Amino acid sequence: MESARVIYRKPFSLGILFIGLIVLSTLPLYVQPYLVILLSFVLMYVIITLSWAIFSGPTRYISLASAAFFGIGVYISAILGELWPLPLVIAAGGLISFILALFIGLITLRLRGMYFIIFTFGVSELIRHSILWWEAKFTGTVGRWVIVVDHTTVYFVLLIIFIITLFAAYLIKRSKFGLALRSIGEQEEAAAHIGIGVTSLKTITFAISAFFMGATGAIMATRWTYIDPAIAFSPLFSFMPVLMAIFGGVGQLYGPIFGAAIFALLEEVLITKFPYYYMLLFGIILIAAILFLPNGLVGLVDKIRKRRQ
Amino acid sequence: MLVVNNLDTFYGKTQALWNVSLRVDEKEIISLVGANEAGKTTLLKSICGLIRPASGNVEFLGKRVDGLTPDCIVERGISLVPEGGKPFTEMTVRENLEMGAYPYKIWKERQARLEQVYHFFPYLKARERQLAKTLSGGERQMLAMGRSYMARPKLCMFDEPSYGLAPLMVKELFGSLVTMNEQGITILLVEQNIRHALEIADRAYLLENGRVILEGAPERFLQNGYVKKAYLGI
Repeated sequence: MESARVIYRKPFSLGILFIGLIVLSTLPLYVQPYLVILLSFVLMYVIITLSWAIFSGPTRYISLASAAFFGIGVYISAILGELWPLPLVIAAGGLISFILALFIGLITLRLRGMYFIIFTFGVSELIRHSILWWEAKFTGTVGRWVIVVDHTTVYFVLLIIFIITLFAAYLIKRSKFGLALRSIGEQEEAAAHIGIGVTSLKTITFAISAFFMGATGAIMATRWTYIDPAIAFSPLFSFMPVLMAIFGGVGQLYGPIFGAAIFALLEEVLITKFPYYYMLLFGIILIAAILFLPNGLVGLVDKIRKRRQ
Repeated sequence: MLVVNNLDTFYGKTQALWNVSLRVDEKEIISLVGANEAGKTTLLKSICGLIRPASGNVEFLGKRVDGLTPDCIVERGISLVPEGGKPFTEMTVRENLEMGAYPYKIWKERQARLEQVYHFFPYLKARERQLAKTLSGGERQMLAMGRSYMARPKLCMFDEPSYGLAPLMVKELFGSLVTMNEQGITILLVEQNIRHALEIADRAYLLENGRVILEGAPERFLQNGYVKKAYLGI
């Protein structure tokens, strides 16, 4: 059949991935510190976007709670940073976010569509204001100091989190749970009556994605030295991953990765070159991307591939 | 095998099922017929756990299943082929079928089950790698039947499989239904197409406005004056 569309294909070969990781892991040896810091910033967005896509990609539940999980990680780092060694702090950041996501998931994942989106956004704002209130009432401060970690360490920690996230995303996607998540995104009721425990599967996946956001928050906190709720829970951490994932396309794992990387680099270039107009230019690029690349970079790659055949 | 006792189901404040009782014995084909909005789909959804009945109970193989979640009920051996099949359109035919074997114990046997489904519906094998959205209505119905079969059901419930299909296709589907039954799967069939449904049934129930108003052997239906007039047009 000519109309038969074969959709099994290798998203990107293992070789390229391996070379890419080697280059990334040796980078601090031969580039300037500025580039390492810039790449850390890029990696941060890549991890948040990728972990966002683990849950929201297949299920099509658009979550705007990323900032909540990221921010919790940041605060854990600020509170425990001086008491515990770094790896423990990062694990704690991830774990607390994981547990929080389980609770949020149990409440909100019964909502669908628009209601879910707004609820998750509300939850992350609620957490931000609760912490603000707590700090003002009981600790008597607004912000906190965070212990500083040198930028190469930050970079390597982020790289490790990225590799683990990628591995987790790959495993979930390839397993039967990946298929089940996609079936939830398509026909939740049909998914339920073929025997998928939809609520528990959604909740656990949501929590797994929150784990990586929390861990990322915990390490990124050390880059800022000073944090307050407005920095840690900035709504940008909720919105950017969604935009980046849409820009990249969510069908394949490389979509959110490259979407986030290109977006983050673009932001940096625009900020440095056009400090006054950067948001304006950013908006125009975003609109153009949505108009002309409705399926993101993944869609573009598909189109080129098809034309070649 | 399946016993439904005095089921009342509500949508909000509207009562959709009134004191419905039903019995399905092993290896039977039971047809549940009735017009639109008679409560047929509601009854199926109440049995498979998608809607919680307000009162009454559902027993399957001697154990109560009302109140369980849909995935537990599937694991007990009840599966549903929903109206229109509801395949996952952005997935391939093969992926759709594999999803049918999602429950933990069955997942390992999915390859063997898959071969059986392909044996039943060679047509699906030819389209294994095609996205389900490229299938026609009848093919979707087949796919949904295959998907249900993957879950190793003891009781398979069909929600209007003939809906919107060409007569030839309907005939083929009913043929597959009977084959499934011969394999030892009990069948509860919901249909508007009364003539077809009665033809293959061992017993039947007529549902009207959420109440069972007639039950018994198909012959009894065919001889009933009211059924003749209201449903068969003779």
